[in-house]
Amino acid sequence: MSLAPALQCEGVSVRFVNNRQSVTALDGVSLTVAAGSLLTVLGPSGCGKSTLLRVMADIVRPQAGEVRVLGTTAEAARHSRQIGFVFQDATLLPWRNVIDNVRLPLEVGGHPALPPGASGPEELLRLVGLTGWEQALPHQLSGGMRQRVAIARALLGGPRILLMDEPFGAVDEITRDRLNEELLRIWRETGTTIVFVTHSIYEAAFLGTEVLVLAANPGRVREIMPILLDEPRRLRARETPEFMRQAAHLRAVLETC
Amino acid sequence: MQSGQLAADPAAATVTDAAELAFATAQRSEQLRRILLPLAGGAALLLVWWALVEIFQVKPFIAPAPQVVARTVYDKFGLLMSNLAPTAIEAIGGFVLGNFAAIVTAAVFVHSRNVEQAFFPVAVLINSIPVVAKAPILVLLLGNGLAPKIAIAAIICYFPTLVNMVRGLQAVSPQAMELMHVLSASRAEVFFKLRVPSSLPFLFSALKIATSTATVGAIVGEWIGSQIGIGALIIQATYNFDSALLYATVLCGSAFSVMFFLAIRAIELSVVRWETGVAP
Repeated sequence: MSLAPALQCEGVSVRFVNNRQSVTALDGVSLTVAAGSLLTVLGPSGCGKSTLLRVMADIVRPQAGEVRVLGTTAEAARHSRQIGFVFQDATLLPWRNVIDNVRLPLEVGGHPALPPGASGPEELLRLVGLTGWEQALPHQLSGGMRQRVAIARALLGGPRILLMDEPFGAVDEITRDRLNEELLRIWRETGTTIVFVTHSIYEAAFLGTEVLVLAANPGRVREIMPILLDEPRRLRARETPEFMRQAAHLRAVLETC
Repeated sequence: MQSGQLAADPAAATVTDAAELAFATAQRSEQLRRILLPLAGGAALLLVWWALVEIFQVKPFIAPAPQVVARTVYDKFGLLMSNLAPTAIEAIGGFVLGNFAAIVTAAVFVHSRNVEQAFFPVAVLINSIPVVAKAPILVLLLGNGLAPKIAIAAIICYFPTLVNMVRGLQAVSPQAMELMHVLSASRAEVFFKLRVPSSLPFLFSALKIATSTATVGAIVGEWIGSQIGIGALIIQATYNFDSALLYATVLCGSAFSVMFFLAIRAIELSVVRWETGVAP
C-alpha cells in the first residue's frame, strides 16, 4: 500500500443557487485520501457528503479550492477513466440486460477497449457474485443484485478510485451486511481506493480505514478518525468492544454536527 | 440463490410443483375469462340492438338491424374494400409522415431550448384549430388527390406525438445523466444510448393514439369534395338514406382502425420488453 495520496482536496467550497437563495454546500473542505485506503464519509443530511463525492468525480465544479486526483485534475482523471461512481440508485439502463449494462463504459466516451490487465465484464460479474445472471433484465433483479451490477459497471476498466454515494441505503439490513463484507473483499482484491458515503455509523465504522465526519450548514470537516480493527474484518467485529468504543465516539462527534 | 436451496429439498420441490400447477390452472381460466367476457358483452349489445329495431319497428333508413348490416358488408365487400384502400393509404401515409416529423422536431427541441420556446407556442396554436376547419384550407392548398388527406392525417398525428416525445426524451433521471457525465459520454451518445431508448414507451403510447386519429383525419379529409374513400362513401350513403351501407362503411373504417392499433401494439411488445414505470 503506497502512501502517495489518491485524492486531495484543498479549501474546496461549493455554493448552489436555489430560488435566488445561495446555499453553501461545502465550505473550505481540505482532506487527503491515501492510495489504497477506504474512506467513509459520515454526516447529518445536508452536510454536503454527496456534493463532496461529486466534486471528486468532476460532476460538480467547486467555486473555490482545488481537487487533485492521482496527481492531476479531477477532469483529467475522469476522462482517463480513473474514477468509478456508484449511485444511490443502481441507475441501470432498464432496456439493457446485466452484461450489457456492465459493458456500457466501453460503448461511450471513447474508451472502446479495456486497458491491459483489466478485468472484463464476465470476470467482474463473477467478482460481484452474479455469474449466471448475464442475460437478466434489471427489473428481474432484487435491489441488492442491481447494486452489485452497478459496482461491476463502475469497476470496468480498472479505475484506481471508486466513489460510492450511499450505495446500500435502499437495501434491507441483511443484504446490506452481506454487501458490506463483499465490498471489503472486492477492495482487498482490487486494491482500489474507495470513498464511501453513508449515513449509518455502523457501516462507516465497519468499512472505513478512516471515517470523515462532516458538519452541516455549511458542510465542513469536523473530524477524520482512523478505525482500528483486526484485519481482515468480519461482521462479528461489530460486536467487539473496540468497535463499540469507536462507534460510540463517532456518535458523540455526530451529535455536535 | 434461494431458489437453489429450495430445489435441493425434494419435499419442498413437490409442494412447489403442486402450487405451480394450481397457479398455472388459475392463470389459464383467467385468460379465458378475459377473452370470453368481452365477447359476451359484444353479443349482448348486438342482441339489444336487434331487439330495439324489431320491437319499435324502426324504419331501415333510420337504423338498420344488425343482420342487415352484416348482409351489406357481405354483398358490397368489393365496394367497401375499394373505398377502404385509399383511406388506408392516406391514414398510414399521414401516420408515418406526421410521427416522423414529430420525432425530428422533438429531437431538435430537446437540444435547443431557444427553438423549443420559439416554436412550441406556434405548434400549440396550429393544434388548437379544429380538424374540420383545417381540412378545407388544406384541400384548397393541395388539390383534391391523396395529398391533402395525407396532410390532414399527418397534422393530426403530429402534436400528441411531439408532446409525448419531448416528455420521453427528457424523462431521463438526473443520476443517469451524471453516470453518462462520469463516463465522458458525448451529446450524441447520451441521445442515442440514453434518451432515445427511455423515450420509447412514451413514443408508443403516442403512436397508439395516432393510429385512430390518423384514420379520423383521413376520413374527415375525404368529406370535402372527394369521390372515393371511406369518408366519401359515408357522405354518399347518408345522402342516399342507405343506412345499411352507412353502418357497413363505418364498421369497415373502425375495423381498419383497430387493426392498425393492434399492429402498432405488436411492434411495441417486441421493442419495449423492459418494465416501464419502474425506477431503474
